[in-house]
Amino acid sequence: MQVPAKFEYERADSVPHAIELLERYGPDARIVAGGHSLIPMMKLRLAQPEALIDINGLAELGRIAVEGDELAIGALVRHAELLDSTTATNLFPIFRDAERVIADPIVRNRGTVGGSLCQGDPSEDLSAVFSALRATAVIQGPGGTRTVPLREFHRGPYETAVAENELLIQLRVPIAPGTGSAYEKVERRVGDWPVAATGAVITVRDGVIAQAGIGLTAVGAEHFCAPEAEEFLRGKAPGEETFAEAARIAAEHCEPHADQRGPADFKRHLAGELTKRALTRANLNVAGSATDPNVAGSATDPNVAGSATEGRI
Amino acid sequence: MRITVTVNGQPHTREVEPRLLLVHFLRDELSLTGTHWGCDTSNCGVCTVQLDGVPVKSCTVLAVMADGHEVTTVEGLERDGELDAVQKGFVECHGLQCGFCTPGMLLTARALLDRVPDPDEGQIREAISGQLCRCTGYENIVRSIRWAAEASQKVAESEARQ
Repeated sequence: MQVPAKFEYERADSVPHAIELLERYGPDARIVAGGHSLIPMMKLRLAQPEALIDINGLAELGRIAVEGDELAIGALVRHAELLDSTTATNLFPIFRDAERVIADPIVRNRGTVGGSLCQGDPSEDLSAVFSALRATAVIQGPGGTRTVPLREFHRGPYETAVAENELLIQLRVPIAPGTGSAYEKVERRVGDWPVAATGAVITVRDGVIAQAGIGLTAVGAEHFCAPEAEEFLRGKAPGEETFAEAARIAAEHCEPHADQRGPADFKRHLAGELTKRALTRANLNVAGSATDPNVAGSATDPNVAGSATEGRI
Repeated sequence: MRITVTVNGQPHTREVEPRLLLVHFLRDELSLTGTHWGCDTSNCGVCTVQLDGVPVKSCTVLAVMADGHEVTTVEGLERDGELDAVQKGFVECHGLQCGFCTPGMLLTARALLDRVPDPDEGQIREAISGQLCRCTGYENIVRSIRWAAEASQKVAESEARQ
């Protein structure tokens, strides 16, 4: 029987209360929300916090809303809630693509957006998604809130910018007209970590790519992104050859490691291929472009924004 | 720590250690052994119960997290001596062999039908994709859930006619 070691348990009734508890218990306290990374680690003694601070009661951290020109996603939003949020998935189909393949539906009922990011696993999907989206993390501590670009959030494997007495409270995603997004993942089976996965976000203005975001996970890309490939795309017209070259640059940027999920060259190949596919699909769901007869796929593709997924669980 | 969890409509108050997992609270404290205990790593899904109507893997939820909340286990599916439609479906369509995954499958099926009354095969397969049947009897599990959906539709239609 796997059971965690003993710990003190505290329930936070507000964000300031959670921070006060973090300060009281010090570095050996951990925040718990969904618990689907932390509790298994505690069973295996990979984590042995002296205190758990439960933030599941903080409803104010569970909201998804458009605020000005940003989409705000609370840290306590469950994966299943993000998948179900048409506000989020209509603006950014990348959320639907990614959330459908994160863990499994029952784990998604419990696991949270903030927890996934704070776990800081180098194979985590949402880290690549929010990196591609150039999101900002809002972190609250004893002195108030501060913001950190998602691309500076991860300091290394399992290390983040969140200090011991701070709490990640929200992610903010910039909304720009003419933006399309998609996520592509190869996994061995439902619920597994990716062998490799790529997220692509492009903003097209006047027929050229004004900004591109490429997120990569499980392939050793620093900060979960591919800046050289993004730079290559800027100012170019979207198209097959351009995407193929960006994918090649992104694959080169990766430093995958061989493990039970496959050899390094296979993962590098996947990184390139998935980048190409994600860019192609992102381009298809750029607002207004899906009706372009010159674009392959078209709006009848069930994977493209806005169709055929209502009612799924 | 003193907690009160409403299980199958009945509040239960117990003094528990914070490290006690919900699956063991149900099985060892309340003797509700219908909830099975499997892989302990939130992979197999045999420990699935509903927490406030939502399926969760109870090996990865602390009992203290269920304090003040409602839990439904397989023992709570039956109503006034009558099996739930999903239970009947598993009987009708041979939805179980060894029965180890069955309670979890039933609670996921119930939650699916509450949300999507007429799911297609793909929706059913996706809903149970976080649960393993060690007998590999997925075909009949999917049929059983479809049976329950159709049976519930018929009941609803006949009630609407009356």
